[in-house]
Amino acid sequence: MLAVESLTKTFGKSAAVAGLTVSIPRGQFVGVIGRSGAGKSTFLRMLNRLAEPSAGRIVWDGVDVTALSGVKLRDWRRRCAMIFQQFNLIGRLDVLDNVLMGRLTHTPLWRSAAKMWSREDRAIALAALDQMDIAQLATQRADQLSGGQQQRVAICRALVQEPEIVLADEPVASLDPRNSKIVMDALLRINRSFGLTVLCNLHSLDLARTYCDRLVGMAAGRLVFDGAPEALTDEVARELYGLEAGEVMDAGHAPVPAAAALPAVA
Amino acid sequence: MTQTLAVPPDHQIDPLLRAYAQSVAARRRTIAFGAVLLLAAVALSWIGAEIDLATFWTKLGNFTSYFDRLLQLDTGARVWTDPVYWFWGLRRWSLQLLQTVLIAYVGTATGATLGVIGGVLTSRNLVRSAALRFLVLRVLEFCRTVPDIVFALIFVVAFGIGALPGVLAIALHTTGTLGKLFGEVIENIDMKPVEGVAGTGGSWLAQVRFGVMPQVLSNIASYTLLRFEINVRGAAVIGIVGAGGIGQELIVAIRKFYYSDVSAILLMLLVCVMLLDAGSERLRHRLLAMETGR
Repeated sequence: MLAVESLTKTFGKSAAVAGLTVSIPRGQFVGVIGRSGAGKSTFLRMLNRLAEPSAGRIVWDGVDVTALSGVKLRDWRRRCAMIFQQFNLIGRLDVLDNVLMGRLTHTPLWRSAAKMWSREDRAIALAALDQMDIAQLATQRADQLSGGQQQRVAICRALVQEPEIVLADEPVASLDPRNSKIVMDALLRINRSFGLTVLCNLHSLDLARTYCDRLVGMAAGRLVFDGAPEALTDEVARELYGLEAGEVMDAGHAPVPAAAALPAVA
Repeated sequence: MTQTLAVPPDHQIDPLLRAYAQSVAARRRTIAFGAVLLLAAVALSWIGAEIDLATFWTKLGNFTSYFDRLLQLDTGARVWTDPVYWFWGLRRWSLQLLQTVLIAYVGTATGATLGVIGGVLTSRNLVRSAALRFLVLRVLEFCRTVPDIVFALIFVVAFGIGALPGVLAIALHTTGTLGKLFGEVIENIDMKPVEGVAGTGGSWLAQVRFGVMPQVLSNIASYTLLRFEINVRGAAVIGIVGAGGIGQELIVAIRKFYYSDVSAILLMLLVCVMLLDAGSERLRHRLLAMETGR
């Protein structure tokens, strides 16, 4: 179980996350929603310690994650995989090498630095790619793929880490609707078939309602909603999103012209 | 041609023309003022450095006659009439020239390797400790500011005449220059891949190896090749202070007034540097094409 206790992150005088307390049992698919700048990203980045909390604690199965450092911190990051909005792949390396980044903590540096990945690691990486239906792309350079393909590579990288939690920071914000569905389906699949806890920042309320078991709403760094998707009425949503409400709630219903969606993948 | 644009009457257009002339005049005054300042600075430095034009005119004859002697064999004939005699030491000089190139090669390779380490350690986006960055920056600065010929002089005293002091001198100076350049390249990279590697639990070294290096490798190779060109010339010069290679032979020929030898060696050096320049330029262009032409 993941327990977050009055987690706070301040940048100068303003607090991006202010005293957030929430606990998440294993295996849940949790959507973190809220308008842009509500502190969703900062919250997720603190969970795997890419951002340092200013105050508060993060506890995973009784272990205080906020106190970890060195090798133990790196092992925590392995167990708590991150998927980024911009994919954060290494563009000049091929797809398989990118996925194998997820095996770094399993491999001594002298081997990984020379890309002398073991047969087992390579097999695991290929199996992951195959699960995402992109095994045929293994030798392509990552920057030659479309956005949807890149995000699936990133999911594979997360999978081969053999994580216990997967954090996804706006995983579909740079994708068109079709690719958004593919990526969200993939996240749902790893949640259902491997029982991994998934925490997913989502801007689109429709996606959040469709995929998540539970929604956590943030506004100005604070927790303002916590409950099942059905409990999130349009009124609550309007309060949560303010002026952005129309945009996030209609996004799924309004037909999106194909031409407008294309540049996002290019 | 028909009149398509109606010119407004004078009383309307005059103020516009005047305003334009005024603003242009202001710009012209600034440029003229700058030019006067520049000329004054040149004149001042001319006087300050005691440059005497008269010496140039009176001694110009020596200069040209030296060139005349360079192109004469000791038989008195012009050098090109007997190329075999002119290049009597071809074998020996070729070997020394090769040594010069090798000194430059080993020195550049060593310097580039150390420069990569220096560049990484001085990058704000990779090293948090300001103290470490400051320290490495100052070391690189020192290596860069001291000319390689001064390093060579010191190392010749320490290690004796030969190729070793030459290699060390070039390696040190190259570390300084390339380290600074590499640092700047690394500070301009995209940090997203680095964050991606960090997010999987990769160590700092793994982040540098996989997040940073793939992005900067072609730049590093290109700068290193350029430095190699420069170092071949440098290696020829530092040979003069006894640090191995063709420079040693050249200074002996100059001191002992073996005029035709001097011209032969200079010509060989010139051809060698030109060939290397052309070769490395091709390589660098290919690297750049790899970079952009995906």
